[in-house]
This record gives sequence, C-alpha cells and structure tokens, in this order.
Amino acid sequence: MSDHLDCQQLLSSISEFVDGELDPELCRRIEQHLTECENCRIVINTLRKTIDLYQHQPASEGLPREIRQRLFYRLHLEDFLNHDPA
Amino acid sequence: MNVESNPEASLSLEALKNGDRHELARMVDLYSEKIYRLALKFTNNPQDAEDVLQETFLKAMRALPEFEGRSSLSTWLYRIAVNEALMLLRKQKPDIALDIPAEEEDSSEEMSSNGLILADWCCLPEDELLSEESRRFLDQAIQQLPATLRGVFVLRDLEGMSIKETADLLGLSETNVKTRLLRARLFLRQQLSRYFGERLKEWEQK
Repeated sequence: MSDHLDCQQLLSSISEFVDGELDPELCRRIEQHLTECENCRIVINTLRKTIDLYQHQPASEGLPREIRQRLFYRLHLEDFLNHDPA
Repeated sequence: MNVESNPEASLSLEALKNGDRHELARMVDLYSEKIYRLALKFTNNPQDAEDVLQETFLKAMRALPEFEGRSSLSTWLYRIAVNEALMLLRKQKPDIALDIPAEEEDSSEEMSSNGLILADWCCLPEDELLSEESRRFLDQAIQQLPATLRGVFVLRDLEGMSIKETADLLGLSETNVKTRLLRARLFLRQQLSRYFGERLKEWEQK
C-alpha cells in the first residue's frame, strides 16, 4: 500500500481518528496527510467541533414534575410521590 | 451519562426482585430522568418519550424477578428503553426501513469526499456557537438522521457510551456501530457546516 493517503481514505477513518482509536501507523499517515491538505484539516476540525458541541448540551433540569407524577400513578407507586427524587 | 458511574450500588437488588415498592420507587427516581431524556432524543416528541418512559418501567417491574444481573441494572433498563423507542418508531413509520442493508453502508453520499462543505467555522465566537438558535438547529439536525444512525449517535456521542456498550444495546456488531457512527457524524458535520458557514459569512461582514 502506498504511504500516501488520499482524502477519501482519510474520510473513512476520520471517526476513529478523532476518538484516538486508530493504530499508530495509520495515525501517522493521517497526520502526514493533514500537514499537506488544508481541506482535510478543515473537515477534521469541524468534525471535532461538531461532536464537541453536541457533547456540551445544557445541564438537565430534571424530570418535569407532572411527568414524574403520571409515571408513579401508572406504576401504582403513587404513595411514594412525596419522597424526594434521588 | 456514563453507564458505569450510576449510583445503583445504593439500591438493593434483592429488595427490587422481591417487589419491595419503596425500593422500586427509588429505582424509578434514580433512572427516570435519564430514560426520559434518552427517549426524547430518539423520538423528538414529549408524548412519545413519556410513553417509552412508562412502558420501560412497566416492563422492567414485571421482568425484575427474573433479572440475573449479567449486565448492570442501568444497562438493562436502557436496553428496554431503547427497544421500546425503536419499536415505537417502527410502528409510526412502518414504511421506513430502520435498518440499512449492509451493502449500502459504504456507498452513501456523505461518505464521499466530494461535496463536503469546507467552511472553517471553528473560529466563530462561543456565544454564536452556543446560542439558543444554534441549539435548536443542533436538535433539528439530529432528527434528520435515519433512526438507526440516530440511535448510534445518541448512545455513543450524547450519552457517552463505549462502542461495545452501544453495540450491545442496539444488538449490532462493533464494526456496524463504527460505520454508522462515522456516517452520523459526517452527516451532522455537513449540516452544521451549512448552518455555521452562513453565520461565519455574516460575522465576517460585521
């Protein structure tokens, strides 16, 4: 296999590359390709940013009270409704 | 949400299996919010998510006496919830295949380097990237993913599960999970690049 990676080959490994799950040799070839290819650098950076934005969702506000209430009734656990949620 | 970090150690499995209602109520309070949030991401509909939530705990309470503890309680509950959510989606859209034939997995459009949007929007300021409007766009973009890709993306990237946990929960091979994750991520990157590419143009003109 040629030591030169094309953009299409890079694309098929990009997900494992950003997760740091690729074998070191393929990683090295990708990093080599990135020094020469601005388009692939942009794709990698925006992919990382995409995952990053999704992972930083706003803090959860807890289960809405009325949904908790209907759930406890449905499960016939309504006598425990007044206990503090964990 | 990390499956391993759930505080289920404080629950007595023995009491749960014996139908101790106080302990069952504690289990519901420990996991209901996470399961509701998961169901909401799968279904994008509060009513559907609530149905999934209720069905999950109804099934779990019925099946608990037979629970053998081979997986953690949380993984077991998420598996029931994911199955409920997928079943509901299948019922609503029986004409839409939730599974992609294996031979098509590598040939889709988003796997090609042609047509990739190359706007470099990473430099946009945080208040632009994290605005209410951007957040809404992110949520809408997930809903445009086919259900099987969405499931993988939600479990792996939003819930922080490993490839193996995601594969176990969805009944897929790890290779399959990786392929779908790649497709889902590239699809979302493309959507966000279209959206933030426009924001970038506006921002540069300011």
